[in-house]
Amino acid sequence: MTIWNTITFDKIKRWSWSFVRFVLMAGLSFVILYPILQKISTAIKHQSDLYSPIVIWIPENFTLENFISAMSIMNYWETLFNTTILATVTTILTTASCALAGYAFARLRFKGSKILFAGVVMTILVPPTTILIPMYMNLRDFSLGGIIPLLTGDTVNLLDSYWPFILTSITANSLKAGLYIFIFTQFFRGIPKAIEEAAYIDGASVGKTFFRIMLPNAKPAIVTVMLFSFVWQWNDSFYTTTYLTSANVMSTQLSSLPHNLAIYLEGSTSSVDPFYLSMVQDTGILLGMLPLIILYLFVQRHFVESVKQTGIVG
Amino acid sequence: MKITSKLTKSLQSYEGQKAFWGFIFVSPWLLGFVFFFLVPLLTSLRYSFSKVEASSSGIQTTFVGLSNYMEAILVNPNFNRQLIESILDIVIDVPLILIFSLFVSVILNQQFLGRSVARSIFFLPVILASGVIINLEAESLVQAINQQQATSGGLSNALGSFELARIMLGAGVNPTIVEYLTGSVGRIYEIVRLSGVQILIFLAGIQTISPSVYEAAKTEGATGYEAFWKITLPMVSPLILVNLVYTIIDSFARSPVTDLILETGFDAFNFGLSSAMAWVYFISIMLILGVSSYIISKKVFYQE
Repeated sequence: MTIWNTITFDKIKRWSWSFVRFVLMAGLSFVILYPILQKISTAIKHQSDLYSPIVIWIPENFTLENFISAMSIMNYWETLFNTTILATVTTILTTASCALAGYAFARLRFKGSKILFAGVVMTILVPPTTILIPMYMNLRDFSLGGIIPLLTGDTVNLLDSYWPFILTSITANSLKAGLYIFIFTQFFRGIPKAIEEAAYIDGASVGKTFFRIMLPNAKPAIVTVMLFSFVWQWNDSFYTTTYLTSANVMSTQLSSLPHNLAIYLEGSTSSVDPFYLSMVQDTGILLGMLPLIILYLFVQRHFVESVKQTGIVG
Repeated sequence: MKITSKLTKSLQSYEGQKAFWGFIFVSPWLLGFVFFFLVPLLTSLRYSFSKVEASSSGIQTTFVGLSNYMEAILVNPNFNRQLIESILDIVIDVPLILIFSLFVSVILNQQFLGRSVARSIFFLPVILASGVIINLEAESLVQAINQQQATSGGLSNALGSFELARIMLGAGVNPTIVEYLTGSVGRIYEIVRLSGVQILIFLAGIQTISPSVYEAAKTEGATGYEAFWKITLPMVSPLILVNLVYTIIDSFARSPVTDLILETGFDAFNFGLSSAMAWVYFISIMLILGVSSYIISKKVFYQE
């Protein structure tokens, strides 16, 4: 009798927890998805639906007009192409250089490597704002410590080109690179030493062990870092707006969208409706993040599962 | 000659080879560190103590002592206010983000229907809540109007945080705490959005705890509640530190102070003042990090 009682009590407890958990998860998921859904709903609405009291989610008049105007203002296809190229190149270079550095800090210790690792931590801690102005000056008169003026007689202006991004990502000093090195280091530390030693005993060199044994094992960390790096580069407005003033990249286009939009609309109509402006702007944001959402849908499975093994233990 | 022979000798050993390749592997980063971090950092420190003037022949700096710092803190009408505001924001937000993300990651680790869907939704903010999108979204008019329509409905009002506040105040809870809690309910969207990376890190940490520990605890008669406080929390405590650091840095990166520093530098061309602001800003981050990580690291449990 008593056993039967406790079982039911346990069952009730379990069921009620499941229920609470389900409601909680559904509610929070809704909170996250809500703005995206709302953007989609706004984007397909016609201007007249903005004032219609009966339209909340599903528009009365479907239209792609918002998309068309946002796309033409943002110069969408060219922007998309540029951004994809930039983000892809920096992602590949950053991941490669950070993986090398991370492996060295984790396993190939040498004299002074601990001090250098403190340097990595410092790059995470110092806000990019602190070094932005000297960086800007440095890139405007780029001399590589006096080497370039020796060869060509003058410094090079690297601003408004992709070079700042390429150079910083080759050298593992791009946006949030310190964090990536940290992730890689922690990850490589977690791989048993025995695997590595077995490879050495079999006669593999350090390089071969790294490329053949360690890298394939580090797939989860690579996926995580690549996704972070791609997304953060895609959305980064801090560096892109300072280094790339005239090029068409998604984040510069998005940050100048309100301005461009006002000019565009003033040309066609006499008075600009702020709500319509905001509507097209929302469509622009949706267009900006759409490629990321699509990308995420593809790698999501890989990403979510891979976290299990990344084990960033500080 | 002597050095080369010494080098070849050390290269023959396994340890020597590892150290050699270690240096090679690190060298790209080291180059970048020196050119793109250390040199700019020192330059910015020098700028902050001097008057910077850009002329046709290049940049001229004249040493002016602490006057840039004095101007940033005492004269500039916006800087100190914005700095204090963003520090207050951090003090309020960070504990909420940490507790929330730990809570969510514990739930996401449990087995339930739709877990993988929930996981992929919860990592979405990692992608969407960064950079320019979050700034633009804050200004969206359509969103604001819709929000108002949504909250003016009768049902949501009855369940709103307003009622909650009344109940709690009636129960004799301290008004400051009530305000803090209701305020955080009101900002739930912001907190959810800012917790993506932290949830990910906590989840990764929880998954490294071996299930046998929980099993042992269960056979000893521990409840889920006890298991959380006695096993999960101590085991993920190093990650609380990691997340604390990340959250503080992240919230500083998106504070209006950053924009002010950029404006001072690039619109007003006052590089000296801008660098001084950047250093004050950096030092205040360091202070907050130092104090909070000191408090937390006293409680952190390491397996070694």
